[in-house]
Amino acid sequence: MTTPTTEVALPATALRGKDLLGIAELTPEEILLILDTTEAMKEISQRQIKKVPALRGRTVVNLFFEPSTRTRTSFEIAEKRLSADTLGVAVASSSVVKGETLVDTARNIEAMGPSMIVLRHASSGAPHLLARICKSPIINAGDGLHEHPTQALLDAFTIRERKGRIAGLKVAIVGDLLHSRVLRSNVLLLTKLGADVWVCGPPTLIPMGLQAMGVTTTTSVDAAVEGADVVMMLRIQLERMEGGFFPSLREYFTVFGMTEARLRRAKPDVIVMHPGPINRGVEISSDVADGPYSVILDQVANGVAARMAVLYLLAGGGAHDEVVA
Amino acid sequence: MMKWLLKGGRVVDPANGIDGAYDVLVSDGVIAKVGRDLPVSLAEGGQVIALSPAFVVCPGFIDMHVHLREPGQEHKETVATGVASAVAGGFTAVACMPNTKPVNDNAGVTELILKKAADAGLARVYPIGAVSRGQQGEQLADIAELKAAGCVAISDDGHPVSTALLARRAMEYAGMFKMPLIEHCEDPSLKGDGVVHEGPMAASLGLKGIPGIAEAITAGRDILIAEMVGGHVHVAHMSAWTTLEAVRQGKSRGVNVTCEVAPHHFTLTDALLAAPVPYDTDTKMNPPLREAKDRDAMLAGIRDGSVDVIATDHAPHHADEKHVEYDRAPFGIVGLETAIPIALDTLVHAGVIRLPRLVELMSVNPARILNVPGGSLAEGQVADITILAPEQSVTIDKTQFVSKSKNTPYHGWTFRGVAAATIVGGRVVYVNAASGLALTAEGR
Repeated sequence: MTTPTTEVALPATALRGKDLLGIAELTPEEILLILDTTEAMKEISQRQIKKVPALRGRTVVNLFFEPSTRTRTSFEIAEKRLSADTLGVAVASSSVVKGETLVDTARNIEAMGPSMIVLRHASSGAPHLLARICKSPIINAGDGLHEHPTQALLDAFTIRERKGRIAGLKVAIVGDLLHSRVLRSNVLLLTKLGADVWVCGPPTLIPMGLQAMGVTTTTSVDAAVEGADVVMMLRIQLERMEGGFFPSLREYFTVFGMTEARLRRAKPDVIVMHPGPINRGVEISSDVADGPYSVILDQVANGVAARMAVLYLLAGGGAHDEVVA
Repeated sequence: MMKWLLKGGRVVDPANGIDGAYDVLVSDGVIAKVGRDLPVSLAEGGQVIALSPAFVVCPGFIDMHVHLREPGQEHKETVATGVASAVAGGFTAVACMPNTKPVNDNAGVTELILKKAADAGLARVYPIGAVSRGQQGEQLADIAELKAAGCVAISDDGHPVSTALLARRAMEYAGMFKMPLIEHCEDPSLKGDGVVHEGPMAASLGLKGIPGIAEAITAGRDILIAEMVGGHVHVAHMSAWTTLEAVRQGKSRGVNVTCEVAPHHFTLTDALLAAPVPYDTDTKMNPPLREAKDRDAMLAGIRDGSVDVIATDHAPHHADEKHVEYDRAPFGIVGLETAIPIALDTLVHAGVIRLPRLVELMSVNPARILNVPGGSLAEGQVADITILAPEQSVTIDKTQFVSKSKNTPYHGWTFRGVAAATIVGGRVVYVNAASGLALTAEGR
């Protein structure tokens, strides 16, 4: 005879994987561990001397195959606050232009003994390829249309900071759902933590089968925003209009742009988020972007702390270690 | 061997309504006699090969869709390594696609391929000529010249025939030589820069999708053209349930449309993109692995007779070319050395079809569609024979492939059923040492 046992999910004290490839690989407990660690890291960022020796003597390579200002700067600041030695490898100055493969580039960098590699790449799955061939932990700083896990972590931290929780919140994500890695990571994270996620955009920019990720899809901004606790806007890139996904930026703003009037359907204490860079007058009006509900700059500030948390945990730091020495 | 008698196996020869314990007498490279309990005296001056009833003697299997890569991409495969791979997989003949470098759009390239095939002396090779000059989709290739040089069909495989008008002209023109148009069905605008099947898996992996209807739209176009001009269109590597519906409708109206399915499209789905190895480029092929609904439709079409042929779309690529980012990797997997184990296990043993139907799919129908010898063990036919050991299991080990390339998603999979021997023109060109068959491959 067997007796039923009650499984209790214990709080995670470390990450199971060597890498951070995506939110898909994380358990809810691991996500909470990262968010709790972010809290501690944020405290460091508010000190006069914003530096701890946690990664002293470790080298972090920021391997960026795509242009990025925000994410790259955020990672570099996070690494420096943890006292890591950092090195940036940008696509323009790399061997890639000489015809070297990603695998060879990674092997060469790995041969120099870095402690961690932060990868931004235009191909979905590129970090998974690197993770298979490198001993160093790989942190995905955005892969193609796939995932941008640290963005979702900083977004979740920002939501939790303002709302005290994530479970049960209605989160509306509006914009280009097809080409957004921010969307995928956020959907994975928010659904894992029990949020009610609504996604909205023109039908041409909603990937087939997105519902399978556990979200409600709609083309009505009003329906998405109705009673929302969080409204997250996604960037519309100019080339999408040229690709024929919608007729004009003007029409996009008319149908999908976030304005004060539309936002009134949300909860009174709604917060408005945007991963940046924002296109004023395309997906969001300036009065919303700069208005009282906007937490866009909080997201940027929290990004440094969230990345510090990820770097720290992947370097082997545990929840009960003394990070604030 | 000039003369020999295969005695004691199960002969499956659906073209002649034969399935049972028969003996096969081969003389001077042709089938001399098939009958029950043939006297050994018939093999006088030759040899008697005793087979246990566990072995199945079939007309030689023909893979009507392979890429041999020569000329131009010999680092992936050559005609010689390709036909060695074919016979090791139990195929006595292959038809090779024209997307070589240069394209097989003229007699010179066709003759080169046939010369290399004759030098290798293993499987028969039937070149397929290009529809359009350089496969550029503009002007018809010299199809009469290709026919005279030895081409058996035309195709712009790798791409669809560019326009409905060119497809019409090609079917009309090639019809006079009884050459089918083998179509790589894919609407280019719907394909865009897609790399995998468009659906929930593509959405979650962030990979650009190719919808199933991209295939069905071109198939539908060509079926309508074939109907109007009385041409023969053969739908290559069918993968989408909507394409199968289009083919069924065409057949029900009496259109001369035939179709083939590759083993990966009746066994795998795009679930393989995420696990066990996420973004494994050996799961990337065109058409892509689709959803369960599509995979199940392919099985249903195989079962109900809508599908005419199983062909591998053997597409060798060098490991270096595949060891890159998913969206940058070339499309395609090798198939010659895995097709028979997959088909015997997942179709015959799984109860989808019986063995004679498999022989139709892999021997009778390809021979009929391409109008080439084989597909039958009738007296006077070429002695192209595949001997199967349906009960013997094999674990796929890509490192042991005879093909130059190892790009397969089936590495480590175990299947029940193998090719035990391959006989081309009465000459034993391959024997599976593990099968226990009392035969040895002959040198030249």
